[in-house]
Amino acid sequence: MAFASKSPWVIHYDGSSCNGCDIEVLATLCPGFDGERFGVVNTGNPKHADIFLVTGSVNERNIEVVREIYNQMLEPKVVVACGICACTGGIFSDCYNVIGGVDQAIPVDVYAPGCAVRPETLIDAIVAGVEVLDQKSKALAEAKKGK
Amino acid sequence: MTLIQILIATVVFAVLAPVIGCFLAGLDRIISARMQGRVGPPLLQPYYDVRKLFEKEDAAVNTSERVYVVCALIFAVLSGGIFFGGGNLLLDVFTITLSSLFFIMAAYCTRSPYAEMGAARETIQVMSYEPMVLFMAVGFFLATGSFDVSAIAAAPGGPAIGKIILIFLGVLFILTIKLRKSPFDLSMSHHAHQEIVRGMTTEMSGPTLGLVEIMHWCETVLFLGWTGLFFLWGNPASWILALVVVALVFFAEIYIDNNFARVKWQFMLKSSWLVALLGGGINMAFLMLV
Repeated sequence: MAFASKSPWVIHYDGSSCNGCDIEVLATLCPGFDGERFGVVNTGNPKHADIFLVTGSVNERNIEVVREIYNQMLEPKVVVACGICACTGGIFSDCYNVIGGVDQAIPVDVYAPGCAVRPETLIDAIVAGVEVLDQKSKALAEAKKGK
Repeated sequence: MTLIQILIATVVFAVLAPVIGCFLAGLDRIISARMQGRVGPPLLQPYYDVRKLFEKEDAAVNTSERVYVVCALIFAVLSGGIFFGGGNLLLDVFTITLSSLFFIMAAYCTRSPYAEMGAARETIQVMSYEPMVLFMAVGFFLATGSFDVSAIAAAPGGPAIGKIILIFLGVLFILTIKLRKSPFDLSMSHHAHQEIVRGMTTEMSGPTLGLVEIMHWCETVLFLGWTGLFFLWGNPASWILALVVVALVFFAEIYIDNNFARVKWQFMLKSSWLVALLGGGINMAFLMLV
C-alpha cells in the first residue's frame, strides 16, 4: 500500500506572482479549509516535501531557483502549478523577462488555474496530485524491487 | 537489577514505545488542531507520515549521517529499557544524553549552514535542561535512598513527590524543552517548518527523517515515564495516580505549546538554569540539611 497519498507534505515557492495566489495557498492550510485533514503539512524544506506548489510565472531570474528546488526534492514528487500565471504566464506572459508557465522550467503534473486560484481548486489540485504521487510511489517501489 | 531484565525491557520498549508514542503524537496533533479551531488529521497521521518517509527515495548527503541517527535511536531505546526495566536512573539519564549527542553529531556532520545552526541551538537546549535532569536523579536518591527505578517505584511510605515537589516543578519546566514544545522548540519545532527552527533536520530526508520521528516517539514515552515516577510508591493503586498525572502533564504541554510564542535561546538558557538552581537547589538543600 502506498502511504504517499496519506501524507502529502507541500513546499510553496512564489515565482513572480502578485501574491494573490500565495495568500490563497496559505488560506488552504488555515482553519477555514484545514489542509491538515488530509495530512497536508507546509514544510520549508524541499528535502521533506512531496508536492511542489508553484505560484507565479517563471522568468529569467527565478528559473534556476525553481529547478534547484525541484532537483532537491526526493522521488516520488509532484508539481502543482497554482494560478493562471503558473500555468501559462497569465497576465504577465507578454512581459520582456517572463518565460512562461512553470512547465517551461520543470515537468508539471497538475494545473490549477484561477486568478487568484481558489482554496477549493487548490484542494482539488492537491487531491489530484496525490493520485499521481501514489502512481509514482508504486513505480518507485517496483524499481527498488527490480534492483 | 539484572542485566537480563534490562535487556528484555529494552526489547519490549523497542516494540511498544513507538506504538504508544505514535498514538500520543496523533493525539497531540488532533488536540492542537481543536485548540486552533480546526478538525485536524486522523489519529494515525504520524504513522502514515513515517511509512511515507520510508517509501521515499533513499538519499543521504554523506555516509555518516544515518549512522549517527541510528546510534541516537539505539541509545534512546536502551535508555527506555533501563528506565522501564527498573534500572539505574543515573545511567538512564546519561544514556539519553548520549542519544542527544549522537543526534547533534548527525546534524553537524552534514556541514550544511542551517543544520549546523540547528545543531548549535540543540546544544544550547541540552545545556539548558541537563542540570535539572541531573538534579532530578539526585533528588530521587535523596528522597528514597536509591538510584534504582525499581526501588524508587516500590518505596515504602508515600510517593517521592511528597519530598521533591520543587524538583517535580523544575522537571515540568524543562519537559517543554525535551518534548520539543513551544516556547522552547528552538531546534526541531513541530509547527514552523523553517530553516532555523527546524535546522536539525535540514539535511535529513526520507528514511533518515523517519528514524528521527521514531526516536522522538520513544523519547516522549520515556520522558512521560519520568514524570510518572514521581507519583509511584509501594501501593499498586499509585500506578493509576501516575497515569492520571502523566495524562494531565501531556495535556498541559499541548496547551502550553499552543499558547506561548517561541522565546530566544538566551531566555531559555537563563530561565531553565534559574529554575534548576531554585527548584532543584533549594529542594536538595532542604533534603540534605533538614
